[in-house]
Order: sequence, then structure tokens, then C-alpha cells
Amino acid sequence: MLFETFRLALLTVARNKLRSFLTVLGIVIGVASVIAMVTVGQGSTAAVQSDVASLGSNLLMLRPGQPGRGPGGGQNDATPLSAADAEALLAEIPDLVAVTPVATRTQNVVYGDVTQTVTVSGTDNAYFPVRGWTLSQGRMFTEQELRAGTPVCVLGTTTAKALIGEGNPVGIQIRVGKITCEVVGMLTRREASTFGQDDNDTVIMPLTAFQRRISGNRNVSSISVTFADGLAAEAVTPKIQALMRERRGLTDDKADDFNVFDMKQISSMLTGITGTLTGLLSAVAGISLLVGGIGIMNIMLVSVTERTREIGIRMAIGATEGQVLMQFLVEAVVLSLIGGFLGVVLGLGLGWAGSVALDVGFAPDWRVTVAAFVFSALVGVVFGYFPARRAARLDPIEALRHQ
Amino acid sequence: MSMIEFHAISKTYGSGEAEVRALDQVDFAVEQGDFIAVMGPSGSGKSTTMNIIGCLDTPSSGQYLLMGQEVGGLDRDQRALLRRNFLGFIFQGFNLLSRTTALENVELPLVYQGVAPDERRARALEALDKVGLGSRAEHQPSMLSGGQQQRVAIARAIVTRPQLILADEPTGNLDSARSREIMELLRQLNRDEGMTVLMVTHEPDMAAYATRVATFVDGRLQSDVRQDAV
Repeated sequence: MLFETFRLALLTVARNKLRSFLTVLGIVIGVASVIAMVTVGQGSTAAVQSDVASLGSNLLMLRPGQPGRGPGGGQNDATPLSAADAEALLAEIPDLVAVTPVATRTQNVVYGDVTQTVTVSGTDNAYFPVRGWTLSQGRMFTEQELRAGTPVCVLGTTTAKALIGEGNPVGIQIRVGKITCEVVGMLTRREASTFGQDDNDTVIMPLTAFQRRISGNRNVSSISVTFADGLAAEAVTPKIQALMRERRGLTDDKADDFNVFDMKQISSMLTGITGTLTGLLSAVAGISLLVGGIGIMNIMLVSVTERTREIGIRMAIGATEGQVLMQFLVEAVVLSLIGGFLGVVLGLGLGWAGSVALDVGFAPDWRVTVAAFVFSALVGVVFGYFPARRAARLDPIEALRHQ
Repeated sequence: MSMIEFHAISKTYGSGEAEVRALDQVDFAVEQGDFIAVMGPSGSGKSTTMNIIGCLDTPSSGQYLLMGQEVGGLDRDQRALLRRNFLGFIFQGFNLLSRTTALENVELPLVYQGVAPDERRARALEALDKVGLGSRAEHQPSMLSGGQQQRVAIARAIVTRPQLILADEPTGNLDSARSREIMELLRQLNRDEGMTVLMVTHEPDMAAYATRVATFVDGRLQSDVRQDAV
């Protein structure tokens, strides 16, 4: 009997294809946005977390600029950092294992007739262990190259592939900005990216070479620091802050004009942003489902009115109130389930597209998918109940007289 | 025991000044095997009688026994079950479900009885054969003539093998030739299948097919006579 009712409901829905589609559109949009948001949100959270994991939890990052404005906030007005700061940190704070100054700039890199726009970093050999990189080809920089500012570089795999395709880039001469640079090594590929930026698309050269030939100044964008295992970031950070205040000549009445970022802090901040966005858009999706439900209620009320005579006939033939109620309730549920199904398909599609566009992993959450589907069925039950009850309560004589 | 017994049945609509007394203290009985025509001008109470007998409406006072069962105290669902199992309805306007094949229309009462699909189909086809429309089973009402639609409606009414067929002006929308065919069919069901038929009509030509004619005037049973059918 229930199967029969479902078959009947499907037939009725199929008879009014356009109307049914428009009716379920709200549900489709609601379910699709929940699923797309959660998919992209989880993908980017996972990406942030894997980035942080690949960098290691013992990492701190020092940047110029006032605290509280996020990474890069107020950076331009503050005194820049220098390589000397990095040396001082390593020398004065015994907790620190490695310190590496990094200067970065976006440059065009040219090989043959291929041009690639890449983040170029000037740094030293400590950069590789501190940022968790290993080499798959060639070597790091020699002391001689670091001191003399020889134009040599190490490529990320994405950059190497863009320039020469598959193969070993060691030994080729590439142009970075205005200088010619010999490739001496290539990084091991790592699957990490942050909001669309591929970590493997990078060129690394000695800091001296970078400062002399690319930036033309002695500034350093950031200093990355790793501290000994077993210490907490909260314990190390004040020591760095104290030393930096001293070096920058900040009197007690002045605020810090630099920032020490803990990777956990960055990760939780990024995850927090993603979480807030997901929450907000889920609320919008919830409203959309509500509106979708009202749409279904409206169309079911119209349907009950249009089919008053049919209801009368069914009652005369022997349908009980419960059977009439069930017929219209099942119809509303079938409508909302169709909407839920289309929403899941559309949501997964959009989530996939969004994940690809942001270059984060496609991470559909099956629990959320199932929950959204079940919720859409629930919307059908809740909003279908009132019209169905109206149908079931009709007086058969009146209903039969209805034209 | 009569199939249907009315004891002092009254039905009023509205209240106070606007009160309309559709039936006034009617005593009436229908016996198993009757083919009874209920006649009378509009407003005489014949439709109300039909609705009460059909368990679609309840009397304001009095006692209505259907096969010895008191109907007055039953709720809507219990009355629906009586309709489902013991009654078959035929309407003036046919009242078939549109965009639904003749076969599906005839199957409908069996669906509500919970009959299995295979048996349902077999019995519906049998009923359609009985009304001479076995070959039109897959036609939708819009593809059938009025006479054919009424035959489908009759098939739907008899498919559950009910004790009583209630026909409300079954020929009201049909020409005289088609009307005679329908009446022949009803008479055949009454004679050959032993079904009791109660028909509301205002056409004496149609009432002539019945074995008994009950005439209502102003909410009262004015006459109730047995006759030899044509």
C-alpha cells in the first residue's frame, strides 16, 4: 500500500514536471549550498592543517608590523627586519634550533620561451629544514655561494615542470627577473597549498643574491624560527619579543612593531575563518530550506484545492482519512526528496568545482550529505502535513460537488 | 432483516430561522435484491437519503441500520470502511480520475482494500469485461465517450462485489440510447449478479427499469410501490 502510494505520488509529480521543479528549487538550493560549503570548507581546513603539519609545530614566524592586524597588517610602516636580526636571535636565545631570514618577491621566471610568475625567496640553507623541505635533485647552496651572492637557485616541482616539463632541471640557466641564475637543485614535491597558492611553485636563492640583484635592499620579509622539541611556543615567544624590542629600541611605553606568529595560531585562525564562513552559509542554506518548505506547502495547498473532487471520489470509494493524509504527505515528501537528491548532486558538483578552483582536496562529508538529504525529507513531512491534513478532513459530499 | 432500515430519520441543515429540514421522520427499508428507483423533485430529500444510505452523511436524528449495523454512531473512518467493503457508487458526472486509465480507475477500490496487484488487475479486467469495455482497459477517460465512461464507473462500483450499488442520476449526462444501455446493465447486475441497486433519478423512463419506485416530496416518503419492470 505504501509502495503504491509512492508510485502514485511519483506519477503525480511527473505529470507536472515544470511545476514540481519550481516547487523543489528552494530545497535544491538549500541542500546544494550546505553540501558545497561543507565540502569546500572541509577541503580548505584539511589543506591548512596539512600545511601546518608539513611545517612542523615547532615553527614560529616573525614579521614586521603591528600585532593584531593579521599577517602582513601594518607591515609597510614598521622598521623592516634584517639578516642581522636572524643572526642575533640564533646567538642570544639558546631555545632556538634554527633561524632563517626570508625575503620574498613575485617575479617572472623565464626559460626558453616559457614564462612563469613565481614567488621567489631569498634565504639560507636553514630554510629547507625549517620549512620542512627536502631536495629530490641536486644540492643546497654552498657557503661560498651564500657569502658571495652567486646567482644560483633551487626550484619547486611545479615551477620546474612549467619550465622544462618532466625531468631534472639541475644545470640549466634560467632568468629570474633581470638576472640569469643557474639551477642547482629541485625540492621534493609536497601536497600542500594554502587557498590556491601551490607551495611547489617556488624559486629559492641565496639571500645575498636576492637582496643585491632582485630587491636592491637589505630587508627581510620574515624570519622563521624553530625551537627545541619539548618547549612550548608560549614559552619561546616572550624571549623573542624581548630581544626584538631591545634590538628595535622600543621603550616601555611603545607597543610591539613586529609580530610573532605561532603556526598553531595561524592554523586555528584560518580554520576559524573557514568555520565562520561555513556556519554563515549554512544558516543561509537553512533559511533556503525553510523557504523551500513553505514553497512545498503552498503548492500542496493548491494541489489539494485543485484535486478536491478527486479526494471526494477516493473517499466515496472507501479511502480513510489516514489514507488520504498519507497520499498527500507522501507526495510532499517525494517532492522534497527529489529536491534533496538534486541538491546533493548539485552540491557535490559545486563542491568539487570549488575545491578544484581553490586547489584544495575534494573532501565531501558523507554524514553531512546524508543529513541534508534526510533533512529535506523532514521538510517535506513538516510542511506537507498541514495541506495533507486539510485534504483528509474534507467532507466527501462537499468534495464530490466541487467543480 | 432488511438490508437497509430507516427508523424516523430526520436531517436538518442550518439552525434557527435558516433551518432547512431535508428529511422529516422518514421510515424506509430496502430489501436484498431490490432494484429501487428513488424519485422526487429537487429539494425533496432524495439526494440526502442517498448520502445517508451511502454513509457519506449522517442523520440528525433517527436510526439507520445497514445490514443490521447501526451507522449513526460510527466515525468517519468506520463509515469509510463500510463504503469500501459493502457499497459501490455511480455518479451522474461519472467521477473517474482523469489522466488515469480505465483499468487503474477500476482497480482503485481494490487498492484501498489492500488486494495484491496481480489479483487486482485480474479482477478489474473481469469487471471491465462485464460492462463490455475489456478492450478499452488502457484508455484514459478523455478518450472514452460519456456512455463508456459511465460503464467504467459501473465497473469500478462492482469490482469489490458490493452488497449495494448506489447510483445518483446515472443517466443524467447521457442521451436516451446510451441511457437505456446503462439501465440494461444495471438491471443485468441486479438480476444476474444478485446486486441490490438503489438509483436516484427524476426520469420516469429510467425509473421504469426498477422493480420498486419510492417517491419523496418535501422531505417525506410520499409513495413506495412495487412494479413490473419494463
